[in-house]
Amino acid sequence: MEIPYTISARPDTGLWNAKIGIWLFLASEVMLFGGLFSGYVFLRLGAAPGFWPHGLLNVPVGTMNTAILIASSVTVVFAWASLKMRQFNRYRIYMAITILCGIIFLAVKLAYEWPQKFDHFGAYIKPAALEKYEAFLGNKHLTAEGLPPRIEITGHLHNREALTDSKIADYEIAVDPVNENPDSKENDRPHFWHKGPTEKIATVAKQDVEYASMFLPRHSSYLAVYFTITGLHGLHVLAGVLVFCYYMLPVSTALYRQNPEHLANRVEVAGLFWHFVDLVWIFVFPIFYLL
Amino acid sequence: MGTPTTSTHAEHGHAHDDHHHELGFWQKYIFSTDHKVIGIQYGLTGLLFLLFGFGLMMMMRWQLAYPNQPMTLLGFPIGKLLASPWIFGDQMRGGVMTPDFYNSLGAMHGTIMVFLGIVPTAFAAFGNFVVPLQIGAPDMTFPKINMASYWAFFLGGLLMLVSFFCPGGAAKSGWTSYSPLAGIADTGANFHPVFNGQTMWILGMVFLITSSLLGSVNFITTIIQLRAPGLTWMRLPFFVWAQLVTSFLLLLAFPPLEAAGVMQLMDRVAGTSFFMPTGLVVNGHLWHTSGGGSPLLWQHLFWFLAHPEVYVLILPGIGIIAEVVANNTRKPIWGYKAMVMAILVLGFLSFIVWAHHMYLTGMGATISAFFQTTTIIISIPSVILLTALMISLWGGSIRFTVPMLFATAFMPEFGIGGLTGIPLAFNAVDLYLHDTYYIIAHFHYIVAPGTIFAIFAGVYYWFPKATGRMMNETLGRIHFVGSIIFINGVFLPMFLQGMLGMHRRWYDGGMAYNEISNRVVFGMSGLEWNHVISWSAWFLGIAQIPFIFNFFWSIWHGKKASINPWDATTLEWAAPSPPPHGNFEHPPTVYRGPYEYSVPGAASDFTPQCQADAPVAHNEPTMQPLTA
Repeated sequence: MEIPYTISARPDTGLWNAKIGIWLFLASEVMLFGGLFSGYVFLRLGAAPGFWPHGLLNVPVGTMNTAILIASSVTVVFAWASLKMRQFNRYRIYMAITILCGIIFLAVKLAYEWPQKFDHFGAYIKPAALEKYEAFLGNKHLTAEGLPPRIEITGHLHNREALTDSKIADYEIAVDPVNENPDSKENDRPHFWHKGPTEKIATVAKQDVEYASMFLPRHSSYLAVYFTITGLHGLHVLAGVLVFCYYMLPVSTALYRQNPEHLANRVEVAGLFWHFVDLVWIFVFPIFYLL
Repeated sequence: MGTPTTSTHAEHGHAHDDHHHELGFWQKYIFSTDHKVIGIQYGLTGLLFLLFGFGLMMMMRWQLAYPNQPMTLLGFPIGKLLASPWIFGDQMRGGVMTPDFYNSLGAMHGTIMVFLGIVPTAFAAFGNFVVPLQIGAPDMTFPKINMASYWAFFLGGLLMLVSFFCPGGAAKSGWTSYSPLAGIADTGANFHPVFNGQTMWILGMVFLITSSLLGSVNFITTIIQLRAPGLTWMRLPFFVWAQLVTSFLLLLAFPPLEAAGVMQLMDRVAGTSFFMPTGLVVNGHLWHTSGGGSPLLWQHLFWFLAHPEVYVLILPGIGIIAEVVANNTRKPIWGYKAMVMAILVLGFLSFIVWAHHMYLTGMGATISAFFQTTTIIISIPSVILLTALMISLWGGSIRFTVPMLFATAFMPEFGIGGLTGIPLAFNAVDLYLHDTYYIIAHFHYIVAPGTIFAIFAGVYYWFPKATGRMMNETLGRIHFVGSIIFINGVFLPMFLQGMLGMHRRWYDGGMAYNEISNRVVFGMSGLEWNHVISWSAWFLGIAQIPFIFNFFWSIWHGKKASINPWDATTLEWAAPSPPPHGNFEHPPTVYRGPYEYSVPGAASDFTPQCQADAPVAHNEPTMQPLTA
């Protein structure tokens, strides 16, 4: 039994089956990420002043990853076009570049961006104690400038055992530049180039702390939604890479020998998915890195 | 192409053969890619889950009618049995269910009935079995994905069942899993971080959502791509339209719940605060998370799915009823085009009414007013559908076959469910009736004597196509009479209880709230009505025995059916019964609309869609009525 229109288009709809299927699937994906993005909007609008961080992420690295993903979207089209022109070797080269781009993207995310966050620490100061840490927060300066308050001291946690050991009374934090010099106008806006923690140590008493955690999803609404969306996006990238790898296996070569149009259709469908994953990132990048 | 050739005998030699090679048992019946086998798998699993979910409810009804008494069944202490450590253990201590267990039963009854009972049966089972046949296709466009859809559903169902045996029992925060309640439920020292009721519920839902995604992509693509030559959009049987719209609802409404599920999972496993507000106090202690989350966000995302979901529950039912009504009144359904337009409008509007479930949350009068308006508007297409079906009866020479009995009962019962929903659309009335038994009665009238009756109608109607045998008529009638009496015995008094003010989540049936539940209406207090309802529920259970017996008995011993026992017009009746792998021996061509019954001047009172206008050559087999 043969299912009609798996490879050639049905005349009155002008489409073959999988092309409709993938567009429907992508419509569903739009709703999935739409739900998550609406979560972002809800949390951000509901955040109390000072509770939505800015400039937490490394913009140059994010920009590079954006460029890599866009480039891979181009090469996947070249791969498909090569198949259409029946240039199989060229197809394999473009497909390999696409896969490589996907892997680099994931590697940057998993081996650099995420671990850097996991290694960072932040402590939200109780409202009553804000005055005490004014030297690190600079709220008088911010009020004068008409900017939202600063209520968190962030940086590298020297005594990690303080997180679990209740006998330790203080957090010893090598603070970020923004807490090192909070009254500087330079720190009113997020920096483009990332700067690591400074030499300056803040000793923050636990009793003055409302909530403290490493930069894990539990740290704040921002990081929660950041890790959830980029995590789910990363899974999509991984899925795309795996599918593309399948198209490099001998089984796909055999399919090409048997019916090149069939493989071209498959690459087109996976390519549409890949463009969608790219498009999601085009939304992720500004709302987390830039806004 | 001529009309499809069909053998005149149901026992045709090709009935189990796909012409090429014989498949092994596992590929043929278990991991099958044949849409009919998958449909039957969905149907059997779904019906079992319906029975199981009904069983949970019957247990709850004991606690409501006889609060804190050990459960018995006709004098047999079944509660003690259920208290065995191998079954529910401490949750049924001494044969009396604990409050937590009552909550588990409530949450799981809702989840199982909606996601594991109705959707797989009304949508997936009938859709899989009937749609490709009705559009003259050899199978679904993506048979392997279709199989994956069933197995994802199966795994989701398995996780839900397993969750009963987690430490602490199954999910207990309602089928709606409202956060922050669902965020703190089943957490802490006595619970496993993952192997606990609520987390298992979320994981199970992820599988079910995946399943319906795979299914709906398949349905829509199949309907667009694999329609037989000549089967234009306005020649589609109404059932196919209903399935198409339902598929779109599942495709687009479910993912936001998946997003919400992922966020709730993060709240539970990674300690985030998507839905946990700042300053949340649990058992007198500040809940230690970052806070800043929004409980309202969960409700919005949940109801963005769950309102379209109620149309997912009812639309396939209406589709089945339309087929049965046209066939048994022997006339076209009235206003086919209006019904198609109505169902499309309904599908669209169902996406913008969700927050009428949330009037009580304090989301604001402006938002309430908007959703109140859209909710009233959506009643228009719903009424068009029901009215068209009712008018279809007018002037028909109705055959009261068993499917038709269920179809005729469907209309007023669905009408009650729909009309009692209109007061709820209004903010002011809803504030009083919210979370009372009135709500329970309202939506159960839509899904129980509504959709479930439609499912019964569909089972009786398409059974001969699936098995080649008829179900027993007498047993069917007994099943119908018992069901219609007792199902109203269950739900009609709930309107009264609800208007008295009885709350839907009372564990003791209202004993602790004398002030309200001792109020008398129609000669009985709210508490006494509990007895009427509970006994009706148990009798309703007994009334299903003829159906269960009939179903299995008829598979092997039912009266043999011809390929078109109901003298129907649509394409599925042109395929052999049961249809072989690949369905049609020759791909059919369609020449006319779906409901050409009693056409003046026609040779018989029905003209199959695949019958050509031109006189048929005498040597070509036709679809004239066949003698069984």
